[in-house]
Amino acid sequence: MFSHGSRASSRITDDELNALILKLQTLLPQLNQGRNARVSATKVLNETCSYIRRLQKEVDDLSERLSQRPGSMDITSFDAEILRNLLQQ
Amino acid sequence: MSPMNNPQDLNPSSLKSRFTTRFLRALTKINGQKPISSSSPREMFQRYRRIKVAADKSMAWSVRSRRTWSRAMLWKLRSRYSCRQASSSRRSSVRTSTIIKSRQAKTSHEKENKNTTTGQDEVGFVVQADKLRKLVPGGEAMDLCNLLGETAHYIKCLTTQVQVMRKIAHFYSL
Repeated sequence: MFSHGSRASSRITDDELNALILKLQTLLPQLNQGRNARVSATKVLNETCSYIRRLQKEVDDLSERLSQRPGSMDITSFDAEILRNLLQQ
Repeated sequence: MSPMNNPQDLNPSSLKSRFTTRFLRALTKINGQKPISSSSPREMFQRYRRIKVAADKSMAWSVRSRRTWSRAMLWKLRSRYSCRQASSSRRSSVRTSTIIKSRQAKTSHEKENKNTTTGQDEVGFVVQADKLRKLVPGGEAMDLCNLLGETAHYIKCLTTQVQVMRKIAHFYSL
């Protein structure tokens, strides 16, 4: 794919690079419909960046939601119950 | 919400349980201090910040130092904590110079992109790789091969983090 080495990555082979890009592609929900569809490596990276940004934003939003916990509850029994439910899935 | 059933390298169930335990412990400590209704907006903002840090820290700790990104994140969280105790003015000046540096790098990349017609895809790839480096903790110092591998693991952990936090938030909203 890339004839002349880019940056300090001349050690990595094209096959290795393609394998890693493909692995990333399988992790991206928006690109995973047609798994045989050829997506350019640049597009995979682009989608990866936006996916990571989206996930980080969601962590941020969820943190804000969790800081608005209503009322006071019995914390310890709540812990155990949540834990059991979460781990069941 | 589809459960993650890929036991190859990550073993999501134990990562998920480690993260859940740690994060819940931190969360109850943060939220259990004062009744929410009497909190000022500033207090609520501080609580939100602490929860965000707890989420990232819990995830990085659950991965331990087995990954470059988790080591980088733990290091960043620790140094940010000690920086805040030292002097806040010094930190803001460092941040400004980093922003200026990254802006300069961005314009040089854009110039590069305009001038090359052949090999443009290669340049586009490098530009995207640089963007990725900024998003993944510790990415600036990684070579391409490591960057891609770390990114894959980082994404898996982020999705676990989001899954667990969503479920907790859902529980709390009852």
